[in-house]
Amino acid sequence: MTNSNIIDRSKRYTNPYLSGFLLGMVLLATFYITGRGLGASGAIKSTVVATVATVSESHAAGSDYYSKFISDDNHPMNNWLVFQVIGVLAGAFLSGALAGRLKLKVEHSPKISSRTRLIMAGIGGLLFGIGSQLGRGCTSGTALSGMASMALAGFIALLTIFGGGYLFAYFFRKFWI
Amino acid sequence: MTGPLIPMGIIGQGWDLVIALLIGMAFGYVLESAGFSSSRKLAGVFYGYDFTVLRVFFTAAITAMVGLLYFGYMGWIDLSMIYVNPTFLIAAIVGGLIMGLGFIAGGYCPGTSMCGVAIGKIDAMVFTGGMFVGILIFSEAFPLIQGIYESHSLGAVKVNEVLGLSTGTFALLLIIVALLAFIITRIVENKVKKVEY
Repeated sequence: MTNSNIIDRSKRYTNPYLSGFLLGMVLLATFYITGRGLGASGAIKSTVVATVATVSESHAAGSDYYSKFISDDNHPMNNWLVFQVIGVLAGAFLSGALAGRLKLKVEHSPKISSRTRLIMAGIGGLLFGIGSQLGRGCTSGTALSGMASMALAGFIALLTIFGGGYLFAYFFRKFWI
Repeated sequence: MTGPLIPMGIIGQGWDLVIALLIGMAFGYVLESAGFSSSRKLAGVFYGYDFTVLRVFFTAAITAMVGLLYFGYMGWIDLSMIYVNPTFLIAAIVGGLIMGLGFIAGGYCPGTSMCGVAIGKIDAMVFTGGMFVGILIFSEAFPLIQGIYESHSLGAVKVNEVLGLSTGTFALLLIIVALLAFIITRIVENKVKKVEY
């Protein structure tokens, strides 16, 4: 299934329906083994909690938010999601290496500078950091996994994250097209 | 061997983190090979030049959803032990919209940014750094946000329950919606101006 819109390079990407099927199988296996789905933002949150707790244990313990993720038994980093995300880094690296996509670079539209792209990436990340905490998860943990388990929260996440993207797309078009 | 295996005690808790690593590797591999390590490819779903995100996302969600229903039907898994994300209505909607803004501004989401980082994308690294700061800001400002964060709790409610449908009927409807989306987006994609990335 080729699409004339996309440059030759994409022939090295796997067919999206096949990828979707494989991803769905990984997700199914995850549910079958663990009873839960996949995730991503939670691992970054654990890193934040661990960092704050290292800098000031009392501040972390005294906070209504950080304290939710600190327990006596386990270091905040000693959890499922953190190890899963380490795996994601390794798996993505392997895939990229095999396809010859490993390259240190700033990916940006030729219509904007690298600097602009990096500033926008930082802003986008900041917003996603805030949004993922308020939304109790991101596209992986809430939307995708939530949809699979038929959680209402999953569908709200799907509609508001992508809906939000579409809503604001016009105002950011200069950065992409 | 009825699942879920770890909660059922069929696989020991000690294997937990090893399994997490392996599942993560499969997750990362599939995402990257689909092209999700590229912000310009991801952004394509919002501008009509590349609907890969939609195709992968819908297919994955439906595959896993139907898979779970089938496993439940066959008695291979105890569906009552499957985690269903709880709904906090206002926080979910506002959080989702903020994430949507973050997605269109930054061109990544947490999982895909990890893929970008893994292959050397500096913009993905900056995005990840931004997320760290964003989570820090949220955490520090939590007392101000706590009210909204915890309001309108509906519990771990399922979408089919809210719509008054059986799980099977809902799954079927979702499949029909997905097929329509696949057809429509193919038409749109062919009409939209080419973007080389």
